Amino acid sequence: MRSELRQASEETDMAELNLAANIDDPDGFYSELLAAHEGLSKDDSDALNARLILILANQIGDRDLLRQAIATAGKS
Amino acid sequence: MAKIFEIPLYPYKRSADQDVQKPVRHPVVIVGAGPVGLAAAIELAQSDVPVVVLDDNDRVSWGSRAICFAKRPLEILDRLGCGEEFVDKGVQWNLGKVFVDIQKIYEFDLLPESGHKRPAFINLQQYYFEAFLVSRLNQLRDEGKPVDLRGMNKVVRVEPQSSGVDLTVETPEGAYNIGADWLIACDGANSPIRTMMGLDFVGRVFEDNFLIADTIMEAEFPVERRFWFDPPFNRGQSVLLHSQPDNVWRIDFQLGWDIDKKEEAKEENVVRRLKTMLGEDAKFELEWVSVYTFQCRRMEKFRHGHVLFAGDSAHQVSPFGARGANSGLQDTDNLIWKLKLVLAGKADENLLDSYDHERVYAAEENILNSTRSTDFITPKSDISRIFRDAVLALAKDHEFARPLVNTGRLSVPATYDASSLNGPDVADLPRRTRPGSAASDTPLGDGWLMDQLGGRFQLLTINTDAPPSLNVDGIEVRRLTLTSDDDPTGALSTRYLGDHDCAVYLMRPDQHVAARWIRFDEGSVRDAVRTATGK
Repeated sequence: MRSELRQASEETDMAELNLAANIDDPDGFYSELLAAHEGLSKDDSDALNARLILILANQIGDRDLLRQAIATAGKS
Repeated sequence: MAKIFEIPLYPYKRSADQDVQKPVRHPVVIVGAGPVGLAAAIELAQSDVPVVVLDDNDRVSWGSRAICFAKRPLEILDRLGCGEEFVDKGVQWNLGKVFVDIQKIYEFDLLPESGHKRPAFINLQQYYFEAFLVSRLNQLRDEGKPVDLRGMNKVVRVEPQSSGVDLTVETPEGAYNIGADWLIACDGANSPIRTMMGLDFVGRVFEDNFLIADTIMEAEFPVERRFWFDPPFNRGQSVLLHSQPDNVWRIDFQLGWDIDKKEEAKEENVVRRLKTMLGEDAKFELEWVSVYTFQCRRMEKFRHGHVLFAGDSAHQVSPFGARGANSGLQDTDNLIWKLKLVLAGKADENLLDSYDHERVYAAEENILNSTRSTDFITPKSDISRIFRDAVLALAKDHEFARPLVNTGRLSVPATYDASSLNGPDVADLPRRTRPGSAASDTPLGDGWLMDQLGGRFQLLTINTDAPPSLNVDGIEVRRLTLTSDDDPTGALSTRYLGDHDCAVYLMRPDQHVAARWIRFDEGSVRDAVRTATGK
């Protein structure tokens, strides 16, 4: 009972994933992302992507935001 | 000299039950004399409940097998009257280290706080563990306690009845029948009782093989758990190293899925692997070699009428996390006080359904942790391997990735948060001692809180008043009177009071918290005792 209440209050405080445009210089970011993969084999590219996801996930930190991000990626 | 596991410790002896026409009926029969069955028998015998233990052989387990025993089972062994022996013989450790290649990337301390009688872990070969329990059982028998351990007694027929179980037991001198009011099946992962009853045992198989080489050597390694990913001595795979008493070292090599098990287990191949790790000139002897694979699975229900499953017969996990034997001991710890109340007519047999609920919950927690560790150690798909390797690559240089490294989350007791036995709580008392949790130890004068708890219902009062004892439907609840001054280190206050000045805790016989209040209220305490006994 108590834990349900706590959960409910946490839900109202829950951070919202920002899906509005939030990156300065989007074209610049995009080309840097591609440049990082240039000349890499498929395996090395996959590894780089995985490292990048983990670094970004740690920067976000918030489990609710991460859960929303995973769900959003899965729906696209 | 013969090893302890080569000697018949409880050789076959003819029982009077074999010479009667009408099968003898026993209150409790335990099948299996492993760590779990023996612990259950000791707890029953200590309370003068007659118990027969049937085992299909006459000696302790072959090879070291389970070697890591956690703090909570050591506290349980204290209550069984033999904790000291285990701790004296065992190798104590608190520290785990994780390496990638030869670089240490992560370290964890399993008991970062002081004020506990028992260490986070001891390592001790399972054959010692069982031998100590057998000698405790013999000691109880010699004191006249009603316990009968029968070697070379193999159950070949189990017939559940509405109020008990009928059994046929095979011995070197032929078969005989007995009956039991209650049967506890502690007969291991391949449980013949479970099979004979046609019960499920479903879960996940992990496609990997591991090689245990228990090696006797004089080694310089420190006493800690070491885990390597991709070391030079097992490229692309993992290795786990653990210290055991008598200069025995557990070395556990990951082999991969597509291997020839027989070939890998050959002595010359094991020796070649060990020399790669320890050096060409290393002097060692092999004690026990085993190639194994594992599953994470459990029975849907641990109680089937008058048959109760405990330990590996009910649930199985991977070895990473030491959650097998440790959780088995907690099964019996949960079960036996309930069974004793039922046998004494002080609780209805539906109290035993709470054994099923609480320990299924614990098994789920163990399976979840064990599965996660195994998914990290043995990635099950290309993408899970890519992420695992990314974590390891980042962990070398970046602190943030190290908590993601999972080489086994080591056994801790389950907290029965949703248990129907839990009574009232005070939410702002410390979370660690909430209803459902195992008591936290604290110093108490020259001794320890844990040594004052267990075996009966107790009312733990800190800085407040209550009657010395209370009788609730024939169950005696005895007060344990404490004040904050009893523990000058302050751990008692931190762990049981938090910001409050006083508190009252209702403790179950298994040292778990049943309910808690700020002050004693007789009506509420009585209700909580009834709730905690399934009424």
